[in-house]
Amino acid sequence: MSVATVIPAFVTRESFIELEARDRAQALMDPGSWRELVGPFDRIESPWLPMQSIAPQSDDGCVVLKGTIAGQATVVIALEGGFQAGSIGEVSGAKMTAALDLATHDSENGRKTAAVLLLETGGVRLQEANLGLAAIAEVMASIFALRQHAPVVTVIAGTVGCFGGMSLVAGISSYILMTREARLGLNGAEVIEQESGIEEFDSSDRALIWAVFGGEQRVGMGVADELLQDDAKEIAAAVQRCLKVGLPVVHRSQQIDLYRDGIAALDTSQQIEPLTLRKNWNNKQAKTKEGSA
Amino acid sequence: MSKQVGLRGKTWFQALTSVNSPMGGDPGSVLTADARLGEDTARFLCVVPDPKARFPCVRRGEVGLEEAYTLATRVSEVIDHSENVKKRPIVAIVDVKSQAYGRREETAAIFLAAATAADAYASARMKGHPVIALIVGHAFSGGFLTHGYQANRILAFDDDDIVIHAMHKEAAARITLRSVADLDRLGHEVPPMSYDVRDYAKLGLLHKLLHIQDPDTPAPATVAQIQKELIDAIADARAGSTDLRNRLESKGAREMRKAGLAARAYMEKQWSGD
Repeated sequence: MSVATVIPAFVTRESFIELEARDRAQALMDPGSWRELVGPFDRIESPWLPMQSIAPQSDDGCVVLKGTIAGQATVVIALEGGFQAGSIGEVSGAKMTAALDLATHDSENGRKTAAVLLLETGGVRLQEANLGLAAIAEVMASIFALRQHAPVVTVIAGTVGCFGGMSLVAGISSYILMTREARLGLNGAEVIEQESGIEEFDSSDRALIWAVFGGEQRVGMGVADELLQDDAKEIAAAVQRCLKVGLPVVHRSQQIDLYRDGIAALDTSQQIEPLTLRKNWNNKQAKTKEGSA
Repeated sequence: MSKQVGLRGKTWFQALTSVNSPMGGDPGSVLTADARLGEDTARFLCVVPDPKARFPCVRRGEVGLEEAYTLATRVSEVIDHSENVKKRPIVAIVDVKSQAYGRREETAAIFLAAATAADAYASARMKGHPVIALIVGHAFSGGFLTHGYQANRILAFDDDDIVIHAMHKEAAARITLRSVADLDRLGHEVPPMSYDVRDYAKLGLLHKLLHIQDPDTPAPATVAQIQKELIDAIADARAGSTDLRNRLESKGAREMRKAGLAARAYMEKQWSGD
């Protein structure tokens, strides 16, 4: 392979991670097919942030585009990791829930509408605490309803990652797509260190963080579906593949026995080595797939 | 707040079911039992502290991997998939400190375990089972999302020891760079920030706040009172829809969630435009 054929692909790729939420959403949709709903000019802002001397944002960090992906009616919901770490507040949560419910309504009435969620989020916005937590429960309820009709695809590209209650939203999705720069977990390393001590998790240990939460590990251990390059075209193509396949035979969050048995087999007397777990779970899932085929 | 989280959950589980041990094969931290409730045989579930738990970070009543998958198993096994029959009620007794904060848990994808338990509760609800969350103590964060927050109806005791929140006070103060005193003051001004269940009740998410005598050592009359409240909530859930719209249509929501309801109204208006 000559240098000339290697460098151009790397140089000419369009980074997805470097895009803001609105541009990320647009990059996935058929050009000219989309329009933004409840956009910044509608000025629906968080009423709670100004009460705490924090500047709100006119889209509350949640961008909703309705249009098509490879001809399939889809709503893309993108969280802006650059605003309050992509956290879910009353308004951003309500935008997500409303858009998902309308996709369900259309799907029930003969116009199947899928959802793509671009999750860069630390979870609940603590300045809106209980309304944020309630919003996440409601987003989940709306996904459970839509998922009966059309796939819900979660994309975690980085660099914020997907944490807190929003990791459950990823967990109940039909598919999870990640890059190597993405992380997925319920509690981040800092939170674990704070709550359980540095012996439990040293949050300055970057290698450990990537080994546990990173996209390569999550896909490798089978709890996410595809590992992608930071390339807008590659990510768009992967989303299209998911929409084309449609609903999975069974959603991952309904495979209770598979994962309960996996947990039962763990040696909990010491920390779990991520690479070993990856190997064990991967083999197990491969066997299950063969068995069901 | 100084009491050990989970003890009240255990007290109420025993009071409502007369059972105090887990089902065969289950970890010591998840209690499940079937008990009469009016004309129904309801399934009751509760997460309790197990000092001998296999996973060290769940021993104080946190919801971890085994807890989540056990809840998922015990909820999903009572889901009746047939149409047009009266479905059994499911009652989640909630007194959970939080999700487990551990490296083992994160490595083994606790996010998926929590998602799986929530999936089971939501599936039961969508199949027409009345799912009731009865908050008798703490309902924190991922612990509540895993166990209770997908219920059709949420009941909570009107009592100073009830705390429903996204994060416990000390951690929330650290992360938002505030003092605990600041958080207390903000809680009075900004209701969603409050740690007081009476402020939580204003948000319109609860079906009912239950006034109760001596919830730590309930007298038979108090247990009968709560059974009656559960029966009423079950009847109300059966008469309503299987989604969570009641949380948005409540009087409290109309007052406290105006911005969210406005966002929803705009979305509905713009969705089918041009």
